Amino acid sequence: MSEQEIEKKKKMSMVVMSGDMDKLFGAFIIANGAAAMGTDVTMFFTFWGLRAIKKDVRTGTTFFGKMLGLMYGGDIMKANPSKFSFLGMGRWMFGKMMGNHNVAKLDELRDLAVTLGVKMYGCQMSMDVMEIPQSAFIDGVQDPVGVGFFIAEAEESGIQLFI
Amino acid sequence: MSEEMKADLDLDLKGLLCPMPMVKVSQNIASVPVGGTIRAVATDPGSMADIPAWAKSTGNEVISAEKVDGEFVFMVKRLK
Repeated sequence: MSEQEIEKKKKMSMVVMSGDMDKLFGAFIIANGAAAMGTDVTMFFTFWGLRAIKKDVRTGTTFFGKMLGLMYGGDIMKANPSKFSFLGMGRWMFGKMMGNHNVAKLDELRDLAVTLGVKMYGCQMSMDVMEIPQSAFIDGVQDPVGVGFFIAEAEESGIQLFI
Repeated sequence: MSEEMKADLDLDLKGLLCPMPMVKVSQNIASVPVGGTIRAVATDPGSMADIPAWAKSTGNEVISAEKVDGEFVFMVKRLK
């Protein structure tokens, strides 16, 4: 493979299905690292991952949608760790520990990724199901897409991740 | 070697953790001319692996990477 072909392959595509704090840290640290290394990064947010790109606004149009908006509302800072959640205690504890070690906060890492040119997309189908409109997302999130778009992106990516 | 060389830009990366040392170097490389250098000081031991990897991947050069009094001192040269 020639130098130029390798150069072309510097692209990464990532599915972010999880809304867990620890997994989102992983996703955004990898995304920022890759972007810093000159890699084009596409992040495709679906299901529980959607909250990571959401503003702190209420969502939902039907009864169930509103219930979901209540119980899984807020923004990325509401993400709980996948272990030791303890009804929010774990989030508080990990937040403190990370702060003590000077790790950037989740929203800072996400906003840095936008600044570094990481392309973020919501999955149209899970947005419909969960009744989360595009207007609920932060600035910098691209218009919603489907699986076909993700596959086309992944096909030309040297790195593909599912988180 | 790095003591005698004057860098075009000094970067203080002390206290920053992964991925920030690498991100900061990457964000600042464009502010020095091609052939110019950045002297970066980090405290994250992971940066000893990350910054050379960044340089390899982006086509730049780490002239030196050394541990001095518990800190990690890098001389990075912009090649393109």
